[in-house]
Amino acid sequence: MFFVTALDNNIYFLLLSIVDMSSPLMYGTPSSRVEGTPRSGVGGTPARQRPDLGSIRKAPQVDLHSDADGAVASEQALGQKLVIWGTDVNVGTCKEKFQRFLQRFIDPTSNEDENAGLDLNEPLYMQKLEEISVVGEPVLNVNCSHVQSFDADLYRQLISYPQEVIPTFDMAVNELFFERFPDSILEHQIQVRPYNALKTRNMRSLNPEDIDQMITISGMVIRTSQLIPEMQEAFFQCQVCAFSTCVEVDRGRIAEPAVCRNCNTTHSLALIHNRSAFSDKQMIKVQESPDDMPAGQTPHTTIVYAHNDLVDKVQPGDRINITGIYRAVPMRENPRQSNVKSVYKTHIDVIHFRKTDEKRLHGLDEDSDQKLFTEERVQILKELASKPDVYDRLSSALAPSIYEHEDIKKGILLQLFGGTRKDFSQTGRGNFRAEVNILLCGDPGTSKSQLLQYVFNLVPRGQYTSGKGSSAVGLTAYVMKDPETKQLVLQTGALVLSDNGICCIDEFDKMSDSTRSVLHEVMEQQTLSIAKAGIICQLNARTSVLAAANPVESQWNPKKTTIENIQLPHTLLSRFDLIFLMLDPQDEAYDRRLAHHLVALYYQSEEQIEEEFLDMAVLKDYIAYARTYINPRLNEEASQALIEAYVDMRKIGSGRGMVSAYPRQLESLIRLAEAHAKVRFSDKVETIDVEEAKRLHREALKQSATDPRTGFVDISIITTGMSATARKRKEEVAQALKKMIQSKGKTPAMKYQQLFDDLRGQSEAAITKDMFEEALRALADEDYLTVTGKTVRLL
Amino acid sequence: MRMWFVCRFCCPAAQSNSNPEWEAKVLEYFKGQLREKESHSWVPSLNDVPLHYLKPNSLVKFRCLVQDMFDPEFYMGVYETVDPSTKANVLRCGKYKDVTECGVDLNSRNTVTAERQTFYCVPIPGESPWAKEISFLSAARVVPSTSYVPSRQKRSYEEDDDDMDTQPQKQREPHTGGKFGTVNEPHGNGDSKRQETEAPSSQTTAPSDCSSHLDLNFPLPGERGPACLVKVYEGLDSFKLNDTLEIYGILSVNPVLTVLGEEKDPSLLLLNPTESMETPEEQRAHDPPASLVPRLHMLYARPLQHNNPLLPSAPTEDQSAFVSSFLVEMASVRAELLAYLTHVLLGDGLAAEYLLLHLISNVYTRRDVLPLGKFTLNLSGCPLNSYTERLYQIVQQLVPCSYRLSMSLHTMNSMRLVPKKDYVANRLVSGALQLARNTSLFLDETQLEQGQLDSSGVRNITALGNLISWQKVDYDFSYHQMEFPCNINVLVTSEGRSLLPSDCQVPLQPQVTPPNMEEYLTTIHMAQFTSQINKFRVYLSLARTLDYSISDEVTKAVEDDFVDMRKDDPQSVTAEDLHRMLVVARLLSLSLGQTTLSRDGWMRAKHIDMLRRSRTEQQKSLNGNEP
Repeated sequence: MFFVTALDNNIYFLLLSIVDMSSPLMYGTPSSRVEGTPRSGVGGTPARQRPDLGSIRKAPQVDLHSDADGAVASEQALGQKLVIWGTDVNVGTCKEKFQRFLQRFIDPTSNEDENAGLDLNEPLYMQKLEEISVVGEPVLNVNCSHVQSFDADLYRQLISYPQEVIPTFDMAVNELFFERFPDSILEHQIQVRPYNALKTRNMRSLNPEDIDQMITISGMVIRTSQLIPEMQEAFFQCQVCAFSTCVEVDRGRIAEPAVCRNCNTTHSLALIHNRSAFSDKQMIKVQESPDDMPAGQTPHTTIVYAHNDLVDKVQPGDRINITGIYRAVPMRENPRQSNVKSVYKTHIDVIHFRKTDEKRLHGLDEDSDQKLFTEERVQILKELASKPDVYDRLSSALAPSIYEHEDIKKGILLQLFGGTRKDFSQTGRGNFRAEVNILLCGDPGTSKSQLLQYVFNLVPRGQYTSGKGSSAVGLTAYVMKDPETKQLVLQTGALVLSDNGICCIDEFDKMSDSTRSVLHEVMEQQTLSIAKAGIICQLNARTSVLAAANPVESQWNPKKTTIENIQLPHTLLSRFDLIFLMLDPQDEAYDRRLAHHLVALYYQSEEQIEEEFLDMAVLKDYIAYARTYINPRLNEEASQALIEAYVDMRKIGSGRGMVSAYPRQLESLIRLAEAHAKVRFSDKVETIDVEEAKRLHREALKQSATDPRTGFVDISIITTGMSATARKRKEEVAQALKKMIQSKGKTPAMKYQQLFDDLRGQSEAAITKDMFEEALRALADEDYLTVTGKTVRLL
Repeated sequence: MRMWFVCRFCCPAAQSNSNPEWEAKVLEYFKGQLREKESHSWVPSLNDVPLHYLKPNSLVKFRCLVQDMFDPEFYMGVYETVDPSTKANVLRCGKYKDVTECGVDLNSRNTVTAERQTFYCVPIPGESPWAKEISFLSAARVVPSTSYVPSRQKRSYEEDDDDMDTQPQKQREPHTGGKFGTVNEPHGNGDSKRQETEAPSSQTTAPSDCSSHLDLNFPLPGERGPACLVKVYEGLDSFKLNDTLEIYGILSVNPVLTVLGEEKDPSLLLLNPTESMETPEEQRAHDPPASLVPRLHMLYARPLQHNNPLLPSAPTEDQSAFVSSFLVEMASVRAELLAYLTHVLLGDGLAAEYLLLHLISNVYTRRDVLPLGKFTLNLSGCPLNSYTERLYQIVQQLVPCSYRLSMSLHTMNSMRLVPKKDYVANRLVSGALQLARNTSLFLDETQLEQGQLDSSGVRNITALGNLISWQKVDYDFSYHQMEFPCNINVLVTSEGRSLLPSDCQVPLQPQVTPPNMEEYLTTIHMAQFTSQINKFRVYLSLARTLDYSISDEVTKAVEDDFVDMRKDDPQSVTAEDLHRMLVVARLLSLSLGQTTLSRDGWMRAKHIDMLRRSRTEQQKSLNGNEP
């Protein structure tokens, strides 16, 4: 349809240049810049070249729609039917449509952070133009999905012929802008940068059909080159008569003029570098993000060229969305060879960058890379959510290869969902932790590591580290000097990387103290402060911690408290919402079920397993959906129930003269209740959620905070590291010792060993050396005595 | 003869035909031809025949491992050019070719752009010399019978033929023994056959020398053989990294490929953006000289379940017949093999039993993160002084793929075990843990001495631990890690208990103490006939592939048993023990050729596990400080 002979082309070209002065033909060519010709309606603002749209050589020529009657069209009719050669884009219509889009497009539901502060009920892009006139940055970012919802045909043209359509857009914007703000002074004319093209999302799905089209892909920057000055226009001067001429670069080559046009001397022209025009260019290598990849294959990479002000916008390691034009260039032909490689080199010319992990550093509260769910998927998930036993179903779908431990699985399930994020920064409390932290401790070989591995594989932003192998630096962040640029780069560690995810830490007990101390901040404030090598910053680490610890004496000692068994500081322990013991229950019925489970594991076929359990993929989607879309709030009854639960917990202890609950426990309860509501896809936290939270919390407490001496649940084991009974005993011994010393009358100094033996003889309960020393220390604190070496002196 | 014509047909004839139908037809034709009995052995193999003997643009096969997958590339599927003789515009086909002919009209509207992907393939790492030799011999026997061989090639094959006719029987028997004698060179040239073929190649290009400055990226050090860039056109998603394949394709060694890469005019570089994209390292990795790394345009690839040349490779009726005929013998071969291994393990029958089970273990499925069927064996109490080295050589003689990693402090600190992405050259730099499925990895911990592990050493040990516990290797992509599941049989030999985790530890209890270990083992080895060894080899590969199930009745019995055991001694019997015993029972049944677990089988498994446990406990009480 558009095929015409070269002769025709020339004719129409001429025609057009008379008809339509503002056509993209003239747009942005270097010659127009050099001559400084102001175009109508644009004022004196110079146009700026757009190397991202490809070389000017391909400047569109214009062809006529083949008319049915074939009559010679009048000039006016021509204006309607002119299209850019090889496309179906009519410059006039396209411009008009885009201007209409800019003037009318309203998106009241927009929640993009870029639109913050704009009135959503007014035309969006007109406000942005106003912003440009104030700020003076002549770039207009246009969301392609807006264009699509406004005019699907325009969107199609934009995607298919970006090289032609974007200049038209530029033109339209500039006309509109200078009409509205005739006095504005900009550095150069406004450039339109479309982003979020829906065409391609994944690097893997790029195929030959995408060549020369506009695409958006996501990926991670792995390498950036140094700045490449690319010559756009060569400046030649005649050595004889100083006549100068400019030659445009065509396909990367300069046609050196052989003869001076002025004095007709041959080979007299020399290239003057510093009067030639260059543009900035940078090569960036982008690798597929790990989430997009099928298992068992290696990630693909793509070469991306950034031009002008997009140079140095991204660093290696950044995750970005790129909108650009996909190009394929044949391998250079070697003049000395007739055979060439039949391979094309492909790259993307960037039009727009968007960092996707920016928010992690700046803490805007929104998931940028939300997973998109199809209607059917959502339907399936909702159906699942409406089932009454969804909670049990999900928890049994979790790590089916691990037997029983139902409550632990439920706890982990709630951890996966997390509480509702609340912001109290107004009242000075800062962010309220929404993440649930869980500690598993117990005998070695009770599949703790396996649970951790499973969770790590389930969540998209999971990190797995072992306490033995990680250092504080590896967990938090470290500063690295880039060998090439000598620039300091902040490399984030496991905790920061698992922001919004789960950080699984195995062998928690083997972690060095300095490493563990980092966790204090992370587990309550959810931030990480770094002051290193001149970089001071606070990173978000809103991560849930799932840790596993082994008892110090390889086997769990039931006669000791949790603290004594795992030897972790209680300050850290109290930051865990749930502490579970994974012990061997040692009962026959359990053994039988366990055996059945394991044998089944070994001989059941894949299909049977799948029938029995929910698919891991469904579980993943379910969690992702709930995390993004469900934000439950407490209702009246639930709040009452929580208050009651808390008061009850306090009461239990006060009966025996000790505190059995702290506000931290209340917070935990709220989080768990919210998470449980999320599991049900409910927007309200109801009494049943609180009940389950209470139950689970009690179960965990029962396991971990039971005082082995009395058999009572005693929260102070976790909050202070010592049970109330133990503390009471300590006091008693100290008092007994004091009494004994007093009964001895006035002896200013005593032998240490003597005293110990006396005390042991006097007391009916066995007194260990530790207890004796503790008692001495307590008395020393009272300023009653001092211990120097082997003697004890009274004061 | 036929195959040669096929090639002629496919390449030039199809060029004038842009109809995509022919593509499907070509593939179908080849697949049909190759399905025919024996036909695949007519195709010369890159593994066996030196590259310069192979005719360019002919059909070859290559038995290999996918080491790296490069980015997809676009090529001219159809292009327009001017026929030099007729001066007319003609369309040419670019498929299955690297290079275009004559001047290409780049602006032609008839150009069709198509997509293909390049895989970097290396010979299967750690392939045992015997496997190479047998497949070489069987190939060499067939190839000369097709009369296509061009004159230059014919000469070489006649040479080989002569060797063949005179050598095989009288040479092969002592050959394996002789190989065993020259132990100091593990990848040695005791293999006279291989030497024969390598020698002439060293005159021309000397691949081993060149590969020193051009890193061919083999996973294991000391490997040789051709690496190949395989261009894949169909079914890109069905291939995975580390797959073992037998690829049938068209060989391309056009020297233009090299020249294009080397000729670089620096002045052009600045102006032509397409040239500056690649670093020299990247060019070297992606466009190595075709004389060293030939290109192979894939027509058809067959995934290999195993690389044992003694077994029929394709799952056809052929194979099932072979299996059922061998099943009868299974029990007797097992007894012989067990006796042999007992001798090798200095008379320790229990250790031999476990070693046998280990050798046929296989990760047959995964439940979420848990690999099922893995059976890492830790042979502790190994005598020092090169016993482990000998042991490895015997294992190597039995399995088709193996590698011995001597865990000395130096190797642990310096060796690259985990593959790492090199972003400068844009390729995956291989590591010793990039191995094909069912490779036997022999970790020799007796070599480990006291000293300091540096950070890379710690990483290596962690990687080995992960490999053993989860059967996966986390490849290092600098910015993130990527998990690749694997299926590697790990055998750890150590003095005390290994520092690495293992599924099962067997302390070796030598019954005999030969004064000269070397001599002792050599005699044992010499005493076996090649036919006997071959039987063992078939046995081990076959037992691994058998199906297995447990009936409900036995399930019940096992459950009851477990409950009883727990009742008796709840401290020492854990879920982990049940896991292990189920694997042992499975392997034990399979080793006897039984595909279901019988009560008997379960009792046997329980029995040997009990023997083993009493032994470890004994060990523990002997040296009480051991954890």
